Amino acid sequence: MSFVLGRLGQTVLVLLVAAFVSFSLFRYVGDPVNNMVGQSASLAEREAMRTALGLDDAFVLQFARFVGNALTGDFGMSYRFGQPVATLIAERFPATLELALISMLIATGVGVPLGVWTALHRDHWLSQALMAASLIGVALPTFLIGIALILFFSVWLGWLPSFGRGQVVEIGGWSTGLLTTSGLRALVLPAVTLGVFQLALILRLARAEMLEVMRADFIRFARARGLKPRAIQYRHALRNTLVPVVTMIGLQFGNVFAFSIIVETVFQWPGLGLLVIQAIQFADVPLLAAYLVLIALCFAVINLAVDLAYVAIDPRVRSGGGVRGTV
Amino acid sequence: MSALLKVEGLRVEIARRGRVMTAIDDVSFEIAAGEILGVVGESGAGKSVTGTAVLGLLERPAFQAAGRILFDGRRIDTLDEDAMRALRGREIAAVFQDPLTSLDPLMTIGDQLTETIRTHLDLTQAEAVERAARLLAEVGIPAPRERLASYPHEMSGGMRQRVVLALAFSCEPRLIIADEPTTALDVSIQAQILDLLRAMCRERGTAVMLVTHDMGVIAEVADRVAVMYAGRLVEVGPTQSLLAEAAHPYTRGLMGSIPDMHRRDVELAQIPGSMPRPDAPVPGCAFHPRCGQALPRCAVERPLTFTAGASEVACWLADPAARSAA
Ligand SMILES: Nc1ncnc2c1ncn2[C@@H]1O[C@H](COP(=O)(O)OP(=O)(O)O)[C@@H](O)[C@H]1O
Ligand SMILES: [Mg+2]
Repeated sequence: MSFVLGRLGQTVLVLLVAAFVSFSLFRYVGDPVNNMVGQSASLAEREAMRTALGLDDAFVLQFARFVGNALTGDFGMSYRFGQPVATLIAERFPATLELALISMLIATGVGVPLGVWTALHRDHWLSQALMAASLIGVALPTFLIGIALILFFSVWLGWLPSFGRGQVVEIGGWSTGLLTTSGLRALVLPAVTLGVFQLALILRLARAEMLEVMRADFIRFARARGLKPRAIQYRHALRNTLVPVVTMIGLQFGNVFAFSIIVETVFQWPGLGLLVIQAIQFADVPLLAAYLVLIALCFAVINLAVDLAYVAIDPRVRSGGGVRGTV
Repeated sequence: MSALLKVEGLRVEIARRGRVMTAIDDVSFEIAAGEILGVVGESGAGKSVTGTAVLGLLERPAFQAAGRILFDGRRIDTLDEDAMRALRGREIAAVFQDPLTSLDPLMTIGDQLTETIRTHLDLTQAEAVERAARLLAEVGIPAPRERLASYPHEMSGGMRQRVVLALAFSCEPRLIIADEPTTALDVSIQAQILDLLRAMCRERGTAVMLVTHDMGVIAEVADRVAVMYAGRLVEVGPTQSLLAEAAHPYTRGLMGSIPDMHRRDVELAQIPGSMPRPDAPVPGCAFHPRCGQALPRCAVERPLTFTAGASEVACWLADPAARSAA
């Protein structure tokens, strides 16, 4: 339990640092007053604006105000869209999160079993083919995969839509595309595009870890105990490969968010990625700041989930012993 | 006396980078029911490979190239994997060197015991748990019932090797292959584990192939000794007579390197030179480059096996023809 509490403390610290970085954006990227009142405003108008925005207050005070507002979900108004940042993000976040989660689910759900299979059937031709394919999957740029999939499945075969999110359903302020056929159909290509790289990576890691574990002494001893191959492979070997694989999945979530910007652009997916591209183009500082904090929050939640997974998988973590990977 | 385990002309080869090396060459020996056979020899002599072959666990790049292995009169080296698996852990169990790595770190020792028991014996989970607790008590683990829920990392090396012994004995096997069961342990704990192994075997009449490079261990527990050198068996005989008057110069060298037979921390072989490796075999007798008494024929002809006193010895010095000529 103290393990989890310690993790929570670290999480809060990480979030504060992220908040500080995003808050610093305000001071060093452009002049918010300029952005809001335009070039034509008089000096007096600008001063009035500065005071109204609290920009003349002490730095610490401003930061405290930023954190306080952020805690209530208030990140100010977007320069570019003239709407509350919180509203903009709330509209777009579900699309990105669903895309990221589903692509990771595909990558894990396919990558782990395939990795284990290739490790157990090293000499099978299919295993060699999968390894070669996974190399390509790691090497191919994401946008190229996206365009190729669009060309094949949308343009030539006409099976799946090439852009947009399809029909969405509102559930308690969360717009989900997972409950309609058109939403699911629209999700397939972007999720696969985003997932290919992760899938290839997870497959290769799962295979390498599985091969390593199968050479371990306790597997040899399990064979000497006369256990059935299934029990050895799944009850003993697979479980022992899960810790590093879970670590990697947690770490890769960061990449998934980063690459989702590309995928959202290719597929015109109405998520945060598209919003952020626009925010960057227009130096929309409040939006960028909120985005940074949100991403940091996502990371923190994922890391916490990874830690909980460790606790569930590995008794050595529970009793406070070492053997932890990264994070 | 019919043998429980009979190994005849065993040859194990290792195929590596297109080359085939011989790791075990024409090894034959027997273990009677309830007998403890000590197998000694320098590191790399082929002791573990021999034990692994008996367990049917040889893995690429090693494979059995010749010979027969019989258990209870039945040939087992040609059994299919399923039949061999049914034998492993049930009739022939194993204890390996390192107790710290022999157990699955993610599973309680209770689960590891019950899964072994239920793989081989037709028991309910409750009966298996009962048996597991009894086994832990027998191997001297305090509060066995509570210990069933422990994970390996919660126990010391000595305790873990006791658990490994419990696993080995869990289905009352008739033969145990114990490959350096105490080498990785603290010297202070080695004697306890060895005593436990011997006591449990004597009580049940379990035979053991006890691999070690510790002559002290041999002197204390083995009924008979097999001495291995460079993949071959050089001498086999009853412990007492072999310790008293070894016939093979290599065996004598092993003895000579031990000032006090009962000190376990003394390792084998202060014989000058080193043992040939499988990738650089020596013609004739593999020991002749290090042998002080080598005859000219030792460098050319592989020695036959002769009877010398109570022992069998593969050495030209023991050739009755040569001795009568001398
Ligand atoms: N899997 C393997 N690959 C290559 N060489 C091996 C393998 N297993 C054993 N050997 C070789 O076989 C010989 C005998 O090894 P081993 O039986 O482990 O010796 P020991 O008597 O110390 O137990 C050694 O020279 C070792 O290098
Ligand atoms: Mg060995």
